[in-house]
Amino acid sequence: MIPVDYYIILSAILFTIGALGVLIRRNPLIIFMSIELMLNAANLAFVAFGRSWEITSGKPFYTGQIFVFFVIAVAAAEVAVGLALIVEIFKTKKNINIDEMNSLKG
Amino acid sequence: MTSELIVFLVLSLVAISSALGMAFSRNAIYSALFLVLNFVTVAVFYLLLGAPLIAMSQITVYAGAIMVLFLFVIMLLGAENLAPLPQAMPWQRPLAFILAVTLVVESIYLIFARAQLDTVITAPDAAANSMESLREMAMTLFNQFLLPFEITSILLLVAMVGAIVLTNREKRKARA
Repeated sequence: MIPVDYYIILSAILFTIGALGVLIRRNPLIIFMSIELMLNAANLAFVAFGRSWEITSGKPFYTGQIFVFFVIAVAAAEVAVGLALIVEIFKTKKNINIDEMNSLKG
Repeated sequence: MTSELIVFLVLSLVAISSALGMAFSRNAIYSALFLVLNFVTVAVFYLLLGAPLIAMSQITVYAGAIMVLFLFVIMLLGAENLAPLPQAMPWQRPLAFILAVTLVVESIYLIFARAQLDTVITAPDAAANSMESLREMAMTLFNQFLLPFEITSILLLVAMVGAIVLTNREKRKARA
């Protein structure tokens, strides 16, 4: 018996930690991981709200879970391209300091 | 305190501390491993919420595929122990903390003050773990959400081609 607020508060806290990670870290890999954490927090809220609606209406309800599927697929695509970009930047600049990534031309 | 609530509180403690460990760990490998732990606890939350299929895909796709990719890139670049760099903006860190506290207080306040959330989440019954529920979910996915599903597959194809093109630059130069 868990009130749905608890899940939403947990999701808000995880999202905030992810946003904090993006703001304070200088390593682009960790910034990427923080973005994954934020996506994950949003997924948790999706599933919690879906389950809450399922209980309220008394019918099976899958839309929340299906949205999580799409988010996972988008996250996988984003990670593949993002990590390829980081590897490419490392090859050109020989380091991955986020402060030096201020020009598009390699 | 029901047993469910105890499980929830312990797991949320693990989830929050692993997320903090991810954000503040000096070593990037530790960060990645903390994030794996966080993903696994979130998968258990999905099980509590009656979404076993999502829980399993969370473990295979996130904790499996994506984090292996992360660890591989960290080790490939040797970026696990970057020396702490001088901050370009010295006020950035305190400002980030203030903004984060504001964000979390604001969202929790809004959840309590505005949203009328009085549903209590009960443990899923056995029907949620049956083959029938999987079939129902697939029917929704391939009827109501067929177009987003196909667009997602195109997105994955584009991402794959993009990643290959980005990392293949030297060979292309050598040929030209």
